[in-house]
Amino acid sequence: MSEQDTSKQALIDLLICAASDAWKNDGEVLATGITVIPRLAASLAMLTTNKDLLMTDSEAWIVSEPVPVGPRGNYQVKRETWMGFARIFDNVWGGKRHAMIGPTQIDRFGQANLSCVGGTYQKPKSQMLGVRGLPGNSINHANSFFVPNHNKKVLVEGECDMVSSIGYNPARLPKGYTLNDIDIRWIVTNLCVLDFNGPKKQANIHSLHPGVTAAQVQENTGFAVHVSANIPTTASPTAAQLALINTLDPHNTRTTALG
Amino acid sequence: MNKQMTASQAVSQLKDGMTIGIGGWGPRRKPMALIREILRSDLKDLTIAAYGGADVGMLCAAGKVKKLIFAFVSLDFIPLEPYFRAARQNGSIEVMEVDEGMFLLGLKAAAMRVPFIPTPIGLGTDVIKHNPNIKVIDSPYDNKAWVAMPAIKLDAALLHVDRADSRGVCQIKGPDLYMDDTFARASDLTFVTCDELVDTNYFAQGEEARYVFWERNQTTGVVHIPGGAHPSSCAPLYGFDAKHFKEYTASIKEENGGWKAYFDKYIACSESEYQQKVGGIDAIRKLPLPVF
Repeated sequence: MSEQDTSKQALIDLLICAASDAWKNDGEVLATGITVIPRLAASLAMLTTNKDLLMTDSEAWIVSEPVPVGPRGNYQVKRETWMGFARIFDNVWGGKRHAMIGPTQIDRFGQANLSCVGGTYQKPKSQMLGVRGLPGNSINHANSFFVPNHNKKVLVEGECDMVSSIGYNPARLPKGYTLNDIDIRWIVTNLCVLDFNGPKKQANIHSLHPGVTAAQVQENTGFAVHVSANIPTTASPTAAQLALINTLDPHNTRTTALG
Repeated sequence: MNKQMTASQAVSQLKDGMTIGIGGWGPRRKPMALIREILRSDLKDLTIAAYGGADVGMLCAAGKVKKLIFAFVSLDFIPLEPYFRAARQNGSIEVMEVDEGMFLLGLKAAAMRVPFIPTPIGLGTDVIKHNPNIKVIDSPYDNKAWVAMPAIKLDAALLHVDRADSRGVCQIKGPDLYMDDTFARASDLTFVTCDELVDTNYFAQGEEARYVFWERNQTTGVVHIPGGAHPSSCAPLYGFDAKHFKEYTASIKEENGGWKAYFDKYIACSESEYQQKVGGIDAIRKLPLPVF
């Protein structure tokens, strides 16, 4: 591996460990991590900081231990509960879930967009997937986001082009709701971890990855982030965590996760 | 009652302007043989409701779609569906874009014959803004806002199952039935393609009846087409055809001839000719199940 590859791999492993902490204090909830880094993060949490987590095989079963990524060889999936997609909704609607996904846009309110950008809604410049389950996730349970490339195109200046999930936007708050009914947790990026613990639920730098400054985060973010006096540095992975990550990702699928 | 029919007999019962639900999910267990039959027909101005994959992409490409009811259109391993994207980016289709769960509630409302189901889903999002037909209402029981998800009433549902008998008893043995049972219940007409046509006594064996998720009086017609879900999967019988999906998605590029080239090669022929072109039923049955 070149020096650049080594440092990229180190960042990937750091992101997995940092993101894993998002589920640490959740208790017995369904952890859903979409794409390889969030999935490995949830898997790591289930093996270390929160053994009560529930996870699926990304298809139709809840498993009693996280399924390694990629071709499984002799590995046997340890099914414990049938969990077809219809039943995922039953779980979502009950609120006992914390999902981490990678939207195309996120705004200062923690609203996210997976639908379309640019142009008009009737004729968007770029159509992506659609809102998928974001409206339901955001009004029902805890949500975090993963951003592999922290920049102003993703962390946008205005509101998202198509607001697919509810966030901490007072102007959009439904009748009978307070901001405390919404639960947007973390945005884990390649530069830092953001939370919404600033004044009036403002985005706040929770921790900075080694070598990254608050100014650098602000420069690459489309909205103002709250900067507190003593921002901790994101913890580096321990040897035990790295060993587990290697077991969970035996084919090193994660190596291309940051492009 | 013998409900067995051909794909063209099933499609001949569909009319211009109908609202048609398509079962399956993304690249999985789609009634593609019936979709191909629609693509060969003169049907037009359809409202399509689906957890969309290439079924939706192809219908968009062929100009069959007036309006699309959807939460996503994706092939999963190829996230962006090219022909759906093109239809959206050309502004050529009307859309009702809703959350995946709202979609299910809409089908359930139709299945239960109620006008709507209350839910908090959609509150605070542009789903409400872009769908003026979805109302936010007061509740008689509390002081909160609720989304009244309207019934998605289907004129016809198109499904693919593992096996069925000629009376319309349908079995899905894959690990997930998706929302197919609710599509069947939400619809006036339900046409099902099956990989295997079995005798009614098949269901009396062991636990076979446990894998039947709707009653035969929800099924209008049964079409026996082994491999009929291709290129989507029909687990546990076969996985999806990644190579075919790649050829399909790449076909949109001008140098590959666009939709016309795909249509001429794979649609403008009989279903048996189609299957020969993709390697035959034995090759389809050998497609590996996907690993996530």
